[in-house]
Amino acid sequence: MSILVNQNTKLLVQGITGRDGSFHAGKMKAYGTNVVAGVSPGKGGSAVDGIPVFNTVEQAVKATGANTSIIFVPAPLAADAILEASEAGIELVIAISEGVPTLDMVKVMPYLAKKGTKLIGPNCPGLISPDEALIGILPGNIFLKGNVGLMSRSGTLTYEMVYQLTSNGIGQSTCVGLGGDPVAGLYFLEILQMFQDDPATEAIVLIGEIGGDAEERAAQFIKEHVTKPVVAFIAGQSAPPGKRMGHAGAIISSGSGTAEEKIKAFEQVGVKVAKIPSEIPDLLKQVMKK
Amino acid sequence: MKIHEYQAKEIFSRYRIPVTNEVVCYTVDEAVAAAEKLGLPVVIKAQVLAGGRGKAGGVKLARTKADVPELAGKILGMDIKGYTVEKVLVAQGVKFSSEFYVGLTIDRNSKSVIFMASSEGGVEIEEVAKDNPDAIHKFVIDPDLGLTPFLARKIAFALFTDFNLVKQGADLFQKLYRIFMDTDSSLVEINPLVITEEGKLLALDGKMNFDDNALFRQSAIEALNEPTEDELKELDAKEKGLTYIRLDGSIGCMVNGAGLAMATLDLIKYFGGEPANFLDIGGSSNPQKVIDAMNLILSDKNVKVVMINIFGGITRCDDVARGLISALEKIKVDVPIVVRLSGTNSKEGLEILKQANLPIVETMSQAAQKAIELCGKN
Repeated sequence: MSILVNQNTKLLVQGITGRDGSFHAGKMKAYGTNVVAGVSPGKGGSAVDGIPVFNTVEQAVKATGANTSIIFVPAPLAADAILEASEAGIELVIAISEGVPTLDMVKVMPYLAKKGTKLIGPNCPGLISPDEALIGILPGNIFLKGNVGLMSRSGTLTYEMVYQLTSNGIGQSTCVGLGGDPVAGLYFLEILQMFQDDPATEAIVLIGEIGGDAEERAAQFIKEHVTKPVVAFIAGQSAPPGKRMGHAGAIISSGSGTAEEKIKAFEQVGVKVAKIPSEIPDLLKQVMKK
Repeated sequence: MKIHEYQAKEIFSRYRIPVTNEVVCYTVDEAVAAAEKLGLPVVIKAQVLAGGRGKAGGVKLARTKADVPELAGKILGMDIKGYTVEKVLVAQGVKFSSEFYVGLTIDRNSKSVIFMASSEGGVEIEEVAKDNPDAIHKFVIDPDLGLTPFLARKIAFALFTDFNLVKQGADLFQKLYRIFMDTDSSLVEINPLVITEEGKLLALDGKMNFDDNALFRQSAIEALNEPTEDELKELDAKEKGLTYIRLDGSIGCMVNGAGLAMATLDLIKYFGGEPANFLDIGGSSNPQKVIDAMNLILSDKNVKVVMINIFGGITRCDDVARGLISALEKIKVDVPIVVRLSGTNSKEGLEILKQANLPIVETMSQAAQKAIELCGKN
């Protein structure tokens, strides 16, 4: 078992003919992900790596039964691509595109809620259930199937953590890169609940960073709803002030957002926080023994 | 991106939000002429892209004719948080009774635009948020509906009791929302919004920040950008696909991904070193990016060692390795380099680097420790 993606995932790649889209479509397919179709308006009828390309998401879904879509289109077009996937009945959309205007995402959200479409991203590295499906730009070779669920606001830091886990023989059920944009899809609370409900996940790693109050909210949620052990890491402990939090975030969350506050919030609810990435495996071993 | 108060108020005016009569002045003579035109008293306000102008002495009331050249002369050229004051706003003095705060921003949790309103205007709103969060009313705006008349009234009723003010406020708030949406703002504020002696609402100050991701479709806003020297360097980096922030230490860093870059800086500090910069070479890479990144790091003369920490996802390690090799061929690098490559195509990348005889380490902890060691020797 795992969350969100597995062997039943039928993946569509939006923007499959671009440099990144074609490269990662090939990588995902090579990993064993069931990549059933690509979309690139005007290039319908062609193929990339043996994957059939369609002009619209609707055509691709009709022809292949795709249920999950990954988006590689340029940022100005990303919101429209997300809407197109949602309209065509795609259940889970993963938006890799970086630099999407915030108000585009604000406008997209109510439609996704109405259609019941789950979104991860934008500006995220995707997710993986090792040995089942890799949806994103994550390097598949560093993952190991196992029982630790991992979620992170950052891309490469996720790889770093996974590398530490795998090197220590700790496998993963699913690893989710949530993305770092101000307005994003599924976040800590939803994913925590999914890991809590997933029988294959025994412990959870949460990787946060400075800014906003998502970690503080996650800590509160863990206290109330999560019985599985959780360990955490917060990036940005040495970040210079003023370069980090927008004025706006500070107002909304009443002054939270620093690494110290986030670490404190976790420790108060019994979540162990690693000082440096390489401490994570030991912390996990400690909490999983109990 | 940020703009000056006077530019924000020019945008407010275009949407018929009442603002003070005012003139932007670059010299003392211009300020004197402006005061003559507007009539005394006038408020002289430094126009810099930093907060806390008042506390820094950048906002003064000129009551007499003689005050104007004296105060304008003091403020022009003043340094406020690293910004030199090159222009002042000379604004007509206004008599008012109460001060309010209103603002719009994006709320991560509701994934919506929210309207913030408070009767405690005229002071720094961050202070209010900290000391008395209940004094700030927040209203989530449905993006499909926009700021509806009823919600605008609800906000106005939270601030005013006089129905005449409620009507004015509701109208003004809807205009403010339209500005926010039309310009891809990330923050729009009026602080303070005041009630004049005539019983009219007036924007005494204004502030606007914009979403950098949307500037591609906001050319009129982008044209207002006045980057500082450091920001120019950061902008130049951004055009090359790099995110660069200069710091004060001596260990130059090249990392892919913001989170890993932050964690790399944390790690250097943890082991007792001082990073010289934050540099994220971003997602999809080509060798040219690495060359540009190397040039950028070495443009800082404090750099004694360069630590490269790459974990390939969309970034291919072989691209980074090739870029590094050609960077080393093209530019003279006389500081040691420590490289750590993992992830996508790392085997190919490490193979390429072997030829260049660079010190390669396996983990980022080792890389940080090695960099600190080399920094001490150099």
